[in-house]
Amino acid sequence: MVTINKDAKLAADVLNVAEKSATRDGAGKGLLEAGGKNPNVVALAADLSESVRTHLFEQKFPERFFQVGVAEQNLAGVAAGLGMSGKTAFIGSFAAFSPGRNFDQIRVAVCYNNSDVKILGSHTGLTVGEDGATHQMMEDIAMMRVLPNMKVVVPSDSNEARKAVLAAANDYGPYYIRLTREKVPTYTTPDTPFEVGKAIELCEGKDIAIFGCGTVAYDCLKAAYELEKHGISASVYDFHTVKPIDKETIIRSARKTGLIMTVEEHQVAAGFGSAVCEVVSESHPCRVVRHGMYDSFGESGTSKDLLKKYKLDTAGIVGKALEAVKGKA
Amino acid sequence: MAVEKTMANHDMESRKPAGNSGLPDSAQNSTKERCKDPAKLASLAREVRKDILRMLVEAKSGHTAGPLGMVEVFTALYYACINHDPKNPQWDGRDRVILSNGHICPVHYAVLAEAGYFPREELLTLRKLGSRLQGHPHRGALPGIENSSGPLGQGLAQACGVALAARLDKKQFRTIALLSDGEHDEGSTWEAVMFAAKYKLDNLVAIVDRNFIQIDGDTETIMPLEPFADKYRAFGWNVIEIDGNDFTQIISAYEKARTVKGKPTVIIAKIIPGKGVKMFENNYKWHGKTPSADEAKAAIAEIDSK
Repeated sequence: MVTINKDAKLAADVLNVAEKSATRDGAGKGLLEAGGKNPNVVALAADLSESVRTHLFEQKFPERFFQVGVAEQNLAGVAAGLGMSGKTAFIGSFAAFSPGRNFDQIRVAVCYNNSDVKILGSHTGLTVGEDGATHQMMEDIAMMRVLPNMKVVVPSDSNEARKAVLAAANDYGPYYIRLTREKVPTYTTPDTPFEVGKAIELCEGKDIAIFGCGTVAYDCLKAAYELEKHGISASVYDFHTVKPIDKETIIRSARKTGLIMTVEEHQVAAGFGSAVCEVVSESHPCRVVRHGMYDSFGESGTSKDLLKKYKLDTAGIVGKALEAVKGKA
Repeated sequence: MAVEKTMANHDMESRKPAGNSGLPDSAQNSTKERCKDPAKLASLAREVRKDILRMLVEAKSGHTAGPLGMVEVFTALYYACINHDPKNPQWDGRDRVILSNGHICPVHYAVLAEAGYFPREELLTLRKLGSRLQGHPHRGALPGIENSSGPLGQGLAQACGVALAARLDKKQFRTIALLSDGEHDEGSTWEAVMFAAKYKLDNLVAIVDRNFIQIDGDTETIMPLEPFADKYRAFGWNVIEIDGNDFTQIISAYEKARTVKGKPTVIIAKIIPGKGVKMFENNYKWHGKTPSADEAKAAIAEIDSK
């Protein structure tokens, strides 16, 4: 029987959560709250304020909101200047453009300056859907996690996105917060503990440890119930922080199960799964199966159809986990 | 950090203290003792030029033409124009100098040292392991350096952010963005040009090093920028064109910029790259290389002879 971690304070009847919300909505709420708490919080948009939900901040704090137009390089550069001058600057755009377009500014103006800039990168992963491959950013974790001074957080639902924004606002220095467009079940609660750099155990198991990064974490939890029917006991973690990576949880899981599977809506190369491999191979070698995009772009389609095709829905994750367990020596 | 070679090796110690050469003592320089006398500034500029040459020879890599060309602008800024306190580099009321084309940092370093931000002896550590004088400047590494820079086309945006922060906090300091002409090839520079006009950043002044050269050749061959001033005007900026090697014109332009409200000002400073040494002047080949010890010796002699 799947045992839910009570300390995670997940939603009641967690398999049948009715409430749905997008992580970008949670982030928008968090930004609004952060703005209310701290007058030095400012926000900038690059012609996508409503899409990234920074318009909520704009409506409440117009004097602290700046619209740069379709100019992501300037977005990051101006924010860096603000962040060097006592402001906590949130910038929001589609991840395909920020950090997709403005990596140089993020590397030098934000990270090398160690400026207090928080990057909200929305519309990541396959769930962008119909807009297709150009807009389905799946290389951003790789780009951001290699930058010195940068922290990388990938919330798994709306509540967590709100907490991630509030945590970032309270922690000096560059952050990348990876967000999504699609409404997904809000399976955590306001009471679910959130700490940057600390993965949340959703359920405990002994045969395989599944680390979900982003909204796929919930599907990983649902997959655990399916795997149980196959006689497989899986532990599942909501691995919301890619950097700093939670080494302790990774090593403990490697010791316990000897088999780890990572799941992300991102290229398996250089993303979250690779970050896990780096820890495992250096500290406690065991097999790691990375699940995500296998060196390919996405395509147009509904979010649901895409997740199914690329095996990133519950059934796809179950299938991949079964293969992984079979391959376990 | 160990400074393996002292300035004495390079004949710098000999002019300290600066009493008989008319140089102000670094330790006593502050914004309270401004120097607007062109003759005194010219004398300072000569020393700064010689320091730059010594630094470049010692570093064995770096840029020559850009730093030498901008000596008057930096000297005028720190001695005659901006509010700053070398003894308190983080003073909240200081004007912010944001250098965008970080590769000309030897001139910034030399003037900061001359003004008393850090010991002049340290200049010879430029580009060496453990030095606070990085090959391209690093924010926080050295007193007086406000921002990291190197990749072109990033500085004006940061300066806009700094100027916005000043406005939000109702602070009176001014933000000075120092740009190269070549970095106007970067689209990101023009993104920031539009932004500064949109937000009417009249507490921002950009000074463009219009020296007409870049690393691959002359700017008008590589990617024509003219009509340069008209472009800025069309983008909503107040434009002042000056001879950027003339102290009186630099100081007067800076003061004029201060009085312009409702729009940012750009001072397009026509600069002779490599200024002060005939061999280096107006020759793009000196953009990205350094003189040999003999060339520098001859160059220093030439500067001394003026």
